Amino acid sequence: MISANLSAIFYLISGVLFILALRGLSSPETARQGNFFGIIGMVIAITVTFLSIGSFSTGFAYVLIFLLIGGLIGAFIAYKIPMTAMPELVAGFHSLVGLAAVFVAISAFLNPEAFNLGSPGDIKLGSLIEMSIGAAVGAITFSGSIIAFLKLQGIMSGSPITFKGQHPLNALILISIVVVTYLLCSTQSSSLFWILLAISFLIGFLLIIPIGGADMPVVISMLNSYSGWAAAGIGFTLENTALIITGALVGSSGAILSYIMCKGMNRSFFNVILGGFGAIEQSGSSGSKEQRPVKSGNAEDAAFLMKNASSVIIVPGYGMAVAQAQHALREMVDTLKKNDIKVSYAIHPVAGRMPGHMNVLLAEANVPYDEVFELEEINNNFANADVAFVIGANDVTNPAAKTDPQSPIYGMPVLDVEKCKSVLFVKRSLSPGYAGIDNDLFYKENTLMLFADAKKMTENITKNL
Amino acid sequence: MEIDPFIFRLSIFMLSIFIGYYVVWSVTPSLHTPLMSVTNAISSVIIVGAIIAGLAGNTENIFNNSSIFGFLAISLAAINIFGGFLVTQRMLAMYKKKKKDKQ
Repeated sequence: MISANLSAIFYLISGVLFILALRGLSSPETARQGNFFGIIGMVIAITVTFLSIGSFSTGFAYVLIFLLIGGLIGAFIAYKIPMTAMPELVAGFHSLVGLAAVFVAISAFLNPEAFNLGSPGDIKLGSLIEMSIGAAVGAITFSGSIIAFLKLQGIMSGSPITFKGQHPLNALILISIVVVTYLLCSTQSSSLFWILLAISFLIGFLLIIPIGGADMPVVISMLNSYSGWAAAGIGFTLENTALIITGALVGSSGAILSYIMCKGMNRSFFNVILGGFGAIEQSGSSGSKEQRPVKSGNAEDAAFLMKNASSVIIVPGYGMAVAQAQHALREMVDTLKKNDIKVSYAIHPVAGRMPGHMNVLLAEANVPYDEVFELEEINNNFANADVAFVIGANDVTNPAAKTDPQSPIYGMPVLDVEKCKSVLFVKRSLSPGYAGIDNDLFYKENTLMLFADAKKMTENITKNL
Repeated sequence: MEIDPFIFRLSIFMLSIFIGYYVVWSVTPSLHTPLMSVTNAISSVIIVGAIIAGLAGNTENIFNNSSIFGFLAISLAAINIFGGFLVTQRMLAMYKKKKKDKQ
């Protein structure tokens, strides 16, 4: 058994190691070392917890068993999961953090003596407030992440689900959460605690259903942030420094990512959260628009254009992930490079379904990370490039964001693909993208549409090179 | 007058938010997915609360209504810890620089 002061120091050390884990991610070279720091921090935190309890009773065996069961499941998932499924995986993991926070809060509420928080029915007020916040945020994280997971997995439709009176209903529930928390803290009633959990689960569910599939980068980042705040709430209850530091880090990390994602779409956070984007706009304009001529081509045409180019910029999007085309794409690029054609990749901040989604897929396909560029880094290069190869992206290339103030995506930063000498657009059909709007790029003089599955088309192009 | 320990914890919390703010802004955008998976893993340090909760049952009755939630939380957090760190490791191993000697 070690003293409370000593264990507090060790918790502080593991908190510092977690900061270093995030710090390492500032560059791919230091990132692996950072992850290692994170693991050490976790080992220290768990070991110290064991030591601070001291008496090695039979309960310990059960702790190890449950730890091992979880660990094996986690390790199995980590090795099996395909990289294209990362968004679902992260959403699933968020839900587990949320649920774990809820369970710890329940346990502390039922048996406050174990945590030195008072006795049942007479819990210290401060602890009860912290506990309620941790439990409520944890419950919202859990049910929200489940919905996000179902939408990303395709089990639930990715289109926004909206109904009349949705926003007033949500507002009412959010207010009732505050009221119930207040009543819970003044009466210590256990039934109010369960009611608080129930309505928190409900609001998590209701908050995410109106948000469409392509807004998932914001949702995942937001839930990431919530899982941090939930952990911090529990950290305050348990008076544990490691948990407080980590909760704050994760909370601000998720918030920053949501901000970056919103900025990438030029939409306010509230606009995304209120949801319904892209669901309604479609019906009005599509009927009135006349059919415009489109140039379409096949793999041979595309190969011909690329063979005669001296530089090619690849613009990947969610469609590449769906078609699992990243490996075929890299093979195509290898062939291009053999012909001394300069190739680089342009990544829009909201390409894919989560922050950094495209980068991971390209890394998986052995694309060196110094060939992959962010929007600001590469946008000026389109004017000097010969061919832009757009694979599975749409709205992020739409010039209407710069020219048409009526467009719902007006003001969104887009890749200046149209400045290239020619544009190759791999797409299944002319259907509009997520925002429900037509892409002018399809009808440009220098655009060649390649209607096909992204993977098959890329493979065919490689054959023709 | 003595300062409530809560204030110290609040100070740690506030300062950590600022540290998080600056550290996360310096994360390169290409590593945003590993950032999310590693934050998942570290936020599962909530397992320390779960362990305390699980061991709160007395020796005759290890699974009482409060400790069972602790045990369940241990498993959930462990899935995240192992899954989160390992999948991050797997992802980071894929990030490679251009080979110097081009074939």
